[in-house]
Amino acid sequence: AAVMSVNADLRRERAAATFQPELLTHILDGGPERTRRRKEIEALVLNDPDFQHEDLNFLSRSQRYEQAIRKSSLMVMKLREYGIADPEEIYWFKSFVHRGRPEPLDLHLGMFLPTLLTQATPEQQDRFFMPAWNLEIIGTYAQTEMGHGTHLRGLETTATYDPSTQEFILNSPTVTSIKWWPGGLGKTSNHAIVLAQLYTQGQCKGLHAFIVPIRQLGTHEPLPGITVGDIGPKFGYDEMDNGYLKMDNFRIPRENMLMKYAQVEPDGTYVKPVSDKLTYGTMVFIRSLIVGDSARSLSRACTIAIRYSAVRHQSELKPGEPEPQILDYQTQQYKLFPLLATAYAFHFVGAYIKDTYHRISGDISTGDLTELPELHALTAGLKAFTSWTANAGIEECRMACGGHGYSRCSGIPDIYVTFTPSCTYEGENTVMMLQTARFLIKSYTQVTSGQQVTGMVSYLNDLSRQRIQPQHVAARTVTVRINDPTSLVEAYKSRAARLVESAAKNLQAELNHRRSKEDAWNRTSVDLVRASEAHCHYVIVKLFTAKLAEVSDAAVRAVLTQLCLLYALFGISRNAGDFLQAGILTSAQITQVNQHVKELLAAIRPNAVALVDSFDFHDVHLGSVLGRYDGNVYENMFEWAKKSPLNKTQVHESFHKHLKPMQAKL
Amino acid sequence: SVNPDLGSERQTASFSVERLTALLDGGAEQTRIRRAVVEAIESDPVFSRENQYFQTQNERYEAAVRKAVHLQKKMHEMGWTEDGPEYKYIYRALSGDVAFLLHRVFMRSISVLGSDKQIAKWIPLATQHKLIGSYAQTELGHGTYLQGLETTAVFDTATQEFILNTPKISAMKWWPGDMGRSATHTVVFAQLYIHGKCYGIHPFIVQIRSLQDHSLCPGITAGDIGPKMNFEHIDNGYLLLKNVRVPRENMLSKFCEVRPDGTYVRQGSQKINYFTMTTVRISLISDEVLTPLMKACTIAIRYSVVRRQSKLKPGEQEAKILDYQTQQEKLLPQLAAAYAFYFTNDYLQELFNRGYREIQRKNFDMLPELHALSSGFKAVITQHCTAGVEICLRACGGHGYSLLSGLPSLYTKILASCIYEGENTILLLQTARFLIKCFMAASAGQPVPPSVTYLAAVKHGKCPAKNKLDFLRPDIYIEAYQHVAVRLTSNTAAKLQDLIQSGVKKHDAWNQCTVQLVQAAKAHCHYIAVKNFAETVEKLETKAGIQKIMKHLCDLFALHGIFSNTGAFLHDGYTSAAQMDMVTASYLDLLAVIRKDAVPLVDAFDFTDKSLNSALGSYDGHVYQRLYEWAQRSPTNQMSPAYEKYLKPLLHNTLSKL
Repeated sequence: AAVMSVNADLRRERAAATFQPELLTHILDGGPERTRRRKEIEALVLNDPDFQHEDLNFLSRSQRYEQAIRKSSLMVMKLREYGIADPEEIYWFKSFVHRGRPEPLDLHLGMFLPTLLTQATPEQQDRFFMPAWNLEIIGTYAQTEMGHGTHLRGLETTATYDPSTQEFILNSPTVTSIKWWPGGLGKTSNHAIVLAQLYTQGQCKGLHAFIVPIRQLGTHEPLPGITVGDIGPKFGYDEMDNGYLKMDNFRIPRENMLMKYAQVEPDGTYVKPVSDKLTYGTMVFIRSLIVGDSARSLSRACTIAIRYSAVRHQSELKPGEPEPQILDYQTQQYKLFPLLATAYAFHFVGAYIKDTYHRISGDISTGDLTELPELHALTAGLKAFTSWTANAGIEECRMACGGHGYSRCSGIPDIYVTFTPSCTYEGENTVMMLQTARFLIKSYTQVTSGQQVTGMVSYLNDLSRQRIQPQHVAARTVTVRINDPTSLVEAYKSRAARLVESAAKNLQAELNHRRSKEDAWNRTSVDLVRASEAHCHYVIVKLFTAKLAEVSDAAVRAVLTQLCLLYALFGISRNAGDFLQAGILTSAQITQVNQHVKELLAAIRPNAVALVDSFDFHDVHLGSVLGRYDGNVYENMFEWAKKSPLNKTQVHESFHKHLKPMQAKL
Repeated sequence: SVNPDLGSERQTASFSVERLTALLDGGAEQTRIRRAVVEAIESDPVFSRENQYFQTQNERYEAAVRKAVHLQKKMHEMGWTEDGPEYKYIYRALSGDVAFLLHRVFMRSISVLGSDKQIAKWIPLATQHKLIGSYAQTELGHGTYLQGLETTAVFDTATQEFILNTPKISAMKWWPGDMGRSATHTVVFAQLYIHGKCYGIHPFIVQIRSLQDHSLCPGITAGDIGPKMNFEHIDNGYLLLKNVRVPRENMLSKFCEVRPDGTYVRQGSQKINYFTMTTVRISLISDEVLTPLMKACTIAIRYSVVRRQSKLKPGEQEAKILDYQTQQEKLLPQLAAAYAFYFTNDYLQELFNRGYREIQRKNFDMLPELHALSSGFKAVITQHCTAGVEICLRACGGHGYSLLSGLPSLYTKILASCIYEGENTILLLQTARFLIKCFMAASAGQPVPPSVTYLAAVKHGKCPAKNKLDFLRPDIYIEAYQHVAVRLTSNTAAKLQDLIQSGVKKHDAWNQCTVQLVQAAKAHCHYIAVKNFAETVEKLETKAGIQKIMKHLCDLFALHGIFSNTGAFLHDGYTSAAQMDMVTASYLDLLAVIRKDAVPLVDAFDFTDKSLNSALGSYDGHVYQRLYEWAQRSPTNQMSPAYEKYLKPLLHNTLSKL
């Protein structure tokens, strides 16, 4: 395509910004040096002809898998060639190579190798690690089954120890026990770490991990006793061979059980693991990645929708004047700016969890695990809260782009289908919310029995002080200043306290009525989820507000403060009922909040494009015709469409096959 | 045999499923006709959708053309005609997976906008498929705002022709269905110029492909716009016109004509035409919006009684996921909404039939109200149902994400309905404009149309409910909805006036109030939907348990709306905090009640397994076996070239040779 200059609308938008986008980019990256390094790695990938290919939208699933595996192979080689070893730098490199999409070696690199490192004995590491590092062994992590996901204890695959041969016999006893979904399992891997119920000496010892070879080295054919394949087309994840695995009396040597913690001795004696708290750590880590991913995916969608809304002109605002940019419509701002604010909020939350995790991991190695249960409970809820919000937000961005958002060329459909499974994997969101709720209820019970609680739930301590007074918590008066983020944090805190208390009381009432604890819990679960959501919402507003004080540049701080206020006030506006019902805000204040939200929309409008520029997505990574940095949308949509597979021939073959014969007959 | 987990759900139905199906169809005879059509279509292998999820865009397109052609034959064979009772069921039976839908729009636009002479010339040709038509309105740069279209048609008196041009890239026609590959003709909407003067948007019949070899006509550039989220079977197209000449007779001229000397003549009233466009919005609700939601509910609810996860009681079997309150809270409100909007659709259809009769008598009084209702409900129903399908999708966990569940394609299809035939936000603002106008009129004591008379009766009372059972009284919740709708409309009207009085220009004031206006329009439609549902329930037969279960669904629909928007009802103190707790309690109680009939309620929608095309949702509930069998048919399970080309060198550690 011809070299085109930047669209005049976008040029004007950028010139009018009140702050320097690079400074904000540095904050998002964690410092100017991190930004520099990220861009360096980006350039390494984007300038490499090996990583170029046709637009994936025009390829079949098989072709997309093929491209992905080609790039993955090269990626592994080049990472070593360039000596990139820092986990975050590897993440950048991988994400530029695959443009934010999953790839067939994800499970090998992200689960198989790390599991070997953490759960294999030194002898097992000698046997498996180097071949796996050199990709002679490609592995996956086979946990989920057709009939069971989040509820691990329900998994049905069995591994029965046979002392006479010193082997485990692996079986998929039912259709529902077939391993289903693991990435890279269908076509790529020749090994899998399989989670199965261990039976030894006639007893079930619960879930354990086993290294299972599944394909013949050399021919890549499935081994006898192994049935393996691809689970078929999905909403997204076209480049990933999510697979199934069925095992029939498949034998592996005793030494293939991962035995760093639990062990089965040659005679079949089972030796229990010391502690299982460590597995918490991995879960916290992966869920913190999802929070970061929520932020990034939503940021990409916002970048596309906001740039396009600055380029697209439609209808009239003032009679007789030219058509305005659609970003000038209040309804469009109301759709997009709260999402922009949300994307920033989630960035800061993601960074906070990552830092906290690293800090606590340091503590773990020195044996201090006191903060882990809270962090575990918090990340479960935040994973659910952010992924739900981002999921819906991406769709709103797409809708805000009208008809063109529906075309694959907008890039938003792809962001959506790639992101949406994170509401399910690594713990289904509703189940995650209920885990957080369990922690909240536990903390509340501690407080009511006179104990103090610490950390993010410490606001529950106030409830016990309140309790001394006869008044209902709802009758409490809070002076909320709607222009002050710190004051809004207090409002969110009160809401969380009120909803936790209300859920706890409802739970107690159910317990008084019914015998079963589980039944009472189930009958309160809608309330419990609401309480968890309110808690997470409070944490996010609090963290966003805290971030403002760290920003040194006044212009950047001013615009981030607007976004923080918008995030907090929009949340109040959307959940007005909670604040009204608890008496935290009056109807008159809610009206003011609604009004202030609209004023903030107008205040943010001049900086909207600069605020998405600060996310600093390269066009190649963004993968969107609508969201191009230069804003030359229409010309490039036409160029893109010409490459559609239906346009390969001028006259489609179906004309000769169907249309012509019909016309001849009629 | 049926999976016992699903079978047992059917044993305890509190009502007659067959009677409810008949009620939805509009009588047992209609059910019989519908089933006969479905049976005829589904037993014909040409219409099979069996391997649809594995097909490429090119294969899907070819199949759709093949089906469209075969349908002509089938209709002839079965003796179905376009005005026969079977016709309306054909599209549903095909699940919309057929080409040439725009051909029908092409014909309709000629019938509505063409002169008698034009109708006589073109309709027979189109009926016999001597040509294939499309409808080219939307451009790259312009959609809903028609006045902004940029394509031009300049009248040349010397040759008695119009010269059509695409003056710039954003003026290229973009999106019209059947135009990318199939159509030979299309109706092009263009700005008409005569002697240098612009007369606005007019329709022109333009031939774009040769009738002999299907090659593009001179001056025409056309093709497919590329992959979309769905509609792989439709060749949505682009069209670029360069000095394309069409004879003067090709401008559709029922309402406006260009005389040979270039004189422009307007004739007749366009109001009927305007009415036709409005009806399109209503006509899509049933097949394009309600059907996907009903299918999604069927799949998700059946799957939720087959899927078991975790234990509710220690020592017992793992529980069906539908027994979890959180799962009920996701799915059952969607089911209630499907029924609610089904009845809303009946109400709108009836209203439009009445409107049509009035218009035939040259009485156009109902038009503004019909326009407002069709705009508002198109937006509210498409938005609500789209969100509902997505909730169903996510409620099925990982397996919902597989295309084989059928849910992703239902979702990507229904969400297009939020955009076509008018972008939803713009439509809601049109409804809002009507509401504000009627509110002002009502305040001034002038008469207003029936659907908005409630705006005049502003009451400042409080919700009278005393306990949670009171919230199961339709009069109580209808009044709450009415109160909210009135409050939002009157507050916005006041705000608008304040702004204007303080010197803000009218259009600026309007833009500053649009967020509120949208909320008012939604509240108005929601109120009517609740009221209509309650009134429908009143009239239902009490026999066979139908009325009772529909009353439960009506209550759930109403209370879910309050529960998910508590702020609107608490604002100004109409509902108290204590009353809101009663709403929540009643709402949650209802979930457990409706839970028992959930499967029979989706069975009543009467979708065949073939039409659901879902491994999770089939009638017999053999979810896992089916999922496994279907996956094995996936083309990805044939050996992929990726192994020899990339995996082998990778595994043999010979990467450097790549």
